[in-house]
Amino acid sequence: MSSIIAIVIGCLFVSNIILSSFLGICPFLGISKKPSNAIGMGLALIFVVTLSSIICYCIERFILAPLSLDYLQLIVFILVIASFVQFVEFFMKKYMKSLYKALGIYLPLITTNCVVLFVAQEVSKYATTKAGLVFNYTFGNMLVYSIATAVGYMLVITLFSFIRVRIDSQDTPRPFKGNAIALITTALMALAFSAFVGLV
Amino acid sequence: MKKGTIILNGIIKENPTFVLFLGMCPILATSSSIYSAIGMSVCVFIVLLLSNIIISLVSRITPNEIRIPVYIIIIATIVSAISMLVNAFAPGIYSTLGAYLQLIVVNCIILGRAESYASKNKVVDSIMDAIGISLGFLLAMFIVAFIRELFGTGCLSMNDLSGNPLFSIRIIPEAFTIPLFVQPTGAFLVLGICVAAFVAITTSINNKKANKAKKLDKEAA
Repeated sequence: MSSIIAIVIGCLFVSNIILSSFLGICPFLGISKKPSNAIGMGLALIFVVTLSSIICYCIERFILAPLSLDYLQLIVFILVIASFVQFVEFFMKKYMKSLYKALGIYLPLITTNCVVLFVAQEVSKYATTKAGLVFNYTFGNMLVYSIATAVGYMLVITLFSFIRVRIDSQDTPRPFKGNAIALITTALMALAFSAFVGLV
Repeated sequence: MKKGTIILNGIIKENPTFVLFLGMCPILATSSSIYSAIGMSVCVFIVLLLSNIIISLVSRITPNEIRIPVYIIIIATIVSAISMLVNAFAPGIYSTLGAYLQLIVVNCIILGRAESYASKNKVVDSIMDAIGISLGFLLAMFIVAFIRELFGTGCLSMNDLSGNPLFSIRIIPEAFTIPLFVQPTGAFLVLGICVAAFVAITTSINNKKANKAKKLDKEAA
């Protein structure tokens, strides 16, 4: 139990996927201009990351590893993720109209979000060491890890979008306008989050 | 378009990092030392070159609806092959880049160029585009990594392919280094300042050009 809590806090604050692993930066800069968009992207990501890592985990354990086809992992995973995202889009369009409208254009963009592929590859390893502790990816741990990582992404992109609304209304020097000041703001957020190091 | 202008276009006008803001993950993650920055740039160059060539060749025979999955599979195949080759022949680079080597698959530069350039242009132009964009990426990578390594560790160092140090020159004494630069915070900070500097320099050059053109117009009149 304590290891699960450690993983949740680790993914949310200590080794946040954006601020310390630098993954998913392109959508982070692109879609954080409005808080509502940022929340939509975050929700879509939580949904896709959780389900695609379950699928990839099962494929790795039951198909690739027994047949020792590990070298095909990258191709299989990216194909699974791309077609899964496409499938989710079709399904939502047909049966969950309101959710489809809310997530809208963010769903197809998720295919090229590196967070999804990174989490899928990470959970298909059997064990990893985090903060000096050996962490086995059993099914439950895998689920906790992927949800916590995606929630960490949503946390940072939402917080950042609120800051960004403030920045855009300020008079920043011309060369810094747009993404330059956004990156520097992210640096300050990373500095703030680095205070959590040692929590786990 | 002339071949030279395509290359120059990729370095300055459409610099993938400073202007298009594509592929930000590798530039932040692997720029803590010049060694990993150059390793990453070379890998991106090879992948981009091969993917641009193949995609510009097959783009006419791929149906429009399934082009993105087709491109992704092509890119994933190339990246798998490259990562195995790097693991075999350059284990030092493989261990410094870690997961980011395989994540080149979802690097927006590769898919972005496939979609916006290689699928619409001929093979030779696509090769030139790959060279230009990769040089632009290398330039950005090198600047960021140079600043981070210089201020973060005080040394400029280089390793060989298997990861053994070749040389290491101390420029700033150890007591005056700023370790923040090699940490994640430093990556965002240095990249942000570099982007602003790049924008400032290019706009001032463009303004000068515009002023010169105005003067010439006046003289002619």
